[in-house]
Amino acid sequence: MPSSKFKECVDDTALRGLRPGARRILERRAKKSVRWFSSKFRSAVDRSFAPADTVGALRGVRDRAGQNRPGLELTLTERAARFSANWDLLGRALALLCLALSPLACGAPSSAQRRAEVVIGIPLEPPNLDPTAGAAAAIDEVVYANVFEGLTRIGPDGAVAPALAKSWSVSADGLVYEFELGAGVVFHDGTSFDADDVVFSFERARAPDSTNAQRGYFEPIESIEKLDVDRVRIRLKRPSSAFLFNLGQGDAVIVAPESAATNATNPVGTGPFRFAKWRRGDQIELERFDRYWGEAPKIARAIFQILSDPSAAAAALLAGDIDAFPNFPAPEIVAAFEANQRFAVVKGTTEGETILAVNNGRKPFDDLRVRRALCHAIDRRALIDTVGFGYGTPIGSHFAPHNPDYVDLTHVCPYDPARARALLAEAGLGGGFTAKLMLPPPGYARRGGEFVAAALGAVGVKCEIVNLEWAQWLKQVFADKDYDLTIVSHTEPMDIDIYARDDYYFQYRDEVFRALYARIVAATDPAERSRLLKEAQRKIAEDAVNVFLLEAPKIGVWNARLKGLWANSPIQANDVTGVYWSQGDD
Amino acid sequence: MSRSPGLLVGAGLTLFFALLALASLLWTPFDPTAFDVPARLQAPSAAHWFGTDHFGRDVLSNVMAGARTSISVAIVAVGLGMAIGVPFGLFAAAAGGAVDEWAMRASDIVFAFPALILAILLTAVLGPGALNAVIAIGVFNAPVFARLARGSALSLWRREFVLAARVAGKGRARISVEHILPNIGDLVIVQGTIQFSLGVLAEAGLSYVGLGAAPPTPSWGRMLAESQTIAAIAPWTAIFPGLAIVLCVLGLNLLGDGLRDAFDPKLRARR
Repeated sequence: MPSSKFKECVDDTALRGLRPGARRILERRAKKSVRWFSSKFRSAVDRSFAPADTVGALRGVRDRAGQNRPGLELTLTERAARFSANWDLLGRALALLCLALSPLACGAPSSAQRRAEVVIGIPLEPPNLDPTAGAAAAIDEVVYANVFEGLTRIGPDGAVAPALAKSWSVSADGLVYEFELGAGVVFHDGTSFDADDVVFSFERARAPDSTNAQRGYFEPIESIEKLDVDRVRIRLKRPSSAFLFNLGQGDAVIVAPESAATNATNPVGTGPFRFAKWRRGDQIELERFDRYWGEAPKIARAIFQILSDPSAAAAALLAGDIDAFPNFPAPEIVAAFEANQRFAVVKGTTEGETILAVNNGRKPFDDLRVRRALCHAIDRRALIDTVGFGYGTPIGSHFAPHNPDYVDLTHVCPYDPARARALLAEAGLGGGFTAKLMLPPPGYARRGGEFVAAALGAVGVKCEIVNLEWAQWLKQVFADKDYDLTIVSHTEPMDIDIYARDDYYFQYRDEVFRALYARIVAATDPAERSRLLKEAQRKIAEDAVNVFLLEAPKIGVWNARLKGLWANSPIQANDVTGVYWSQGDD
Repeated sequence: MSRSPGLLVGAGLTLFFALLALASLLWTPFDPTAFDVPARLQAPSAAHWFGTDHFGRDVLSNVMAGARTSISVAIVAVGLGMAIGVPFGLFAAAAGGAVDEWAMRASDIVFAFPALILAILLTAVLGPGALNAVIAIGVFNAPVFARLARGSALSLWRREFVLAARVAGKGRARISVEHILPNIGDLVIVQGTIQFSLGVLAEAGLSYVGLGAAPPTPSWGRMLAESQTIAAIAPWTAIFPGLAIVLCVLGLNLLGDGLRDAFDPKLRARR
C-alpha cells in the first residue's frame, strides 16, 4: 500500500513538473526527516494499543467538527497506526515524502488520477476468485459482472437482462431454451468465446464431481447442445421459472476450458475488467480489458480493498484511501457520513431477514405459547432504533418487504410484554426460565443479543449470552442444533423454503407447511404462486417459528462524486462496469 | 512517606475507585443495565453526567458498576494467584535441590507464555465469563508470586534466625510458615498491588475482546469495545470508561511503587 501511494504521488501532478535535480533534493530531504521521525516515534507507534481504532475515532470527531480536510497528513497518521506491525522505514519515507510535498500538489488526493480509477472497500477477503467453485459472497463481490459474465445477468433492480446471450427464445411448454450468443467476444487470455465454452461451463457445473456451490441451479437441465458456433439449446426436465435468473448468478458464469482450472487465483473471464493482481489480505486489482465486446467502462482500474474493521473502513473513507464502501456494516458510523457533504449515503434493500431463531425442537420452545411470548416481548421498532441506529425494516415473517408477494405481518405478533407474561404463565412458566442465547460475531447479532436479552429478561426469560466465532456457530448452532436461541441474518433471496427442510437448525417440522411449499414449487400460474407465497408467510408467522426481527438494510457510503454503483443488493455483487466520476469541483 | 507524593496520589486514586465500587453496590444514578431507548446517545448533561450509550444506559452508572466488576475480578484473581504462587514458592525454596529445580521450571513454563495470550487461551477453552476470566488471570499471576516467594525465601534460609529455628528442631514447613512468610509479607503485598493493576488491565482486555464478563454485567473493557464504532458520534461512551481504566491502573501502579519505596530500606537510604 505505501509503495502504490508513493508511485501515485510521484507519478502524479506533484513531481511531474520538477527537474530531476529538484526531485532528488526533495527525496533526500524527506529521507532525512524520516530518520528523525522513526527514531522519535517508532516505538510509540509500534507499541500503541489498537491504534487504528483510536485514530479512526479521533478522525471522526475532528471531521464532524469540520476542522478536518482531506489531506495526506492525516493519511500519514492513519498509515502509521494501521501498518504499525510491518511499518518499515520505506513506508515512513513515502508517507513523509507525501507530507513534505503536500503544499506542492499531492495533498489534494490527486483528483485527476483518481477519476480513472475507483477503490472499493469490501469487508471480507474472498477465499478464491472463481465464482463457479465457492459459495462465499465475497467472490461475487469482486468478480461478478466485472471479470466474469453469464449468458444472462442480474441488473441493479434484480431483473434478468441479456449478457453473453444477446437474445433467447423459450418454447411454449417452458422446456426448451435457445440462446443466441454475442459475436466478437474474447476471453482475457485472447481465446475466443463460442458455444463450446457454454457447453463446457454448464457440463462442468452439473458434473457429479463439480465443485459448484449451487449445483441445484443446473439440476433441472436435461441436456445442453451446441447448434451452431453462436447458438446453444438447453432442454429442461421440467419448467423452472427461476432458470433464467439462476443463469445470471455468479455461479453460472461462462469460463473457458483453457483457464477454468486456474480461475481460483488467476480468473479469466469475458468481462470488461481483467484481473491484474491480488495482494493477499490487502487488495485485489482489476484493470480495463481493451478488447471487451460491449460498452467500455469509464474507469481504467478498480481496486477492491479489504477492510474488515468498520472503524478502519470509516477512517479510510474519510482519508480518501477508499472511494466507496457499498455494504457498510456499522450503521452507527453512517450518521457521521450523512452530515458530511463529501459523501453520499445510499440506503437500499437486501435479501437479509434478521431473525431471533428459536430451537423448535427443544423444550419449552416446542410450545407455541412460549414462542409467541418471545415474540410479544420484543419491540422491533426499539430494536431497529438502538441496534440498527434507525436502519432496517421490521418484518413479521420470513420474506423481504420489497418483494411484490410480501404481506406485512408485523401485526400478527406485536410488542406486548403483558401478553407475553400471560402466555408464559399459561404455559406453566410463570416463574420464568433460563435460555442460552448464542451470538455469532457480526455487530447486529452481538448488539442485538444484548437487546433481546434485556427484552426477554423483562418478561421473565433469563438469557445466558454466549458469544461464538463463525466456525463455532456453524458447528454448534447450525449443524449440531445445540442452542436455545440465536440471532442471525438469512441473506439468500427467496429462502422461505428453509422452513420446509427436514433437518434445518430451527427444527420446524410442520406437515401443513411442507405441503404448502410443495404446491408453491409446482405452481406455474403466477397469481396462484403469489397467493400461496402469501399463505406460506402467514403460516410461519402464526406458528411463530422464529421471532422475525428486521430486514437488514444495505447502506452504501461513497464519495459524492462517484456515480453508478448499485443502490440495492438483489444479489451480492459490486458491479463497477457503470461506475464513473462526475465532473465537479472537489 | 511525606516525601512520596506518588504514594499519596496512588492511594487516593485507589481509595476513590474502591469507594466508587462500594457505592455502586448501594446506589447508582440509574440502573446500569436498564435501557431507555428515547434517551439514547445523549451527551453529558445534568441528568446523565457522563451521557448515555446506544441503548440509553447511563454511562456514569456503568462506569461505577464497571469499577465493581474490575476490582472484584482483580481481587479474586490476584488472591488466587497469591494463594497458589506463594505456597508453591515457599515449598520450592524449602525443598531445595532437584524438587526446587523442577518446581521452578514448571512455573517458568507458565511464565513463558505471554500473560494475556494465556488468559485468552484459557477463556477460549473454558468459555467466556467473569469466573473464567478470574481463573485465567489468577493462573498467570501464580508464577509471579512463586518466583518472588522462592527468591526471597532462599536468601532467608541462610539467615541466622532460620538456622536457630532449625537447630531448635522445627521442621521445614513450620519454618516456612512461622519465620519465612512473615518476612516476605511486605514484598508480596507490594507485588500484589502491582499485579492488581495488571489484573484490572487484563479484565478490561479480556472483556474488550469478548472473553470477559458476559453482558449484561457492566465492564469497562466491554464498554470500550461497544463504543469503538460509535465514538465518532458519541465520544463520551469511550472517554469515560477509558479514563476510568487509565486512572485506576495509574493509581494502583503509583501505590505499588510508593509502597515498594516505603518498605525497602535500601531504596530509602539512597534518596
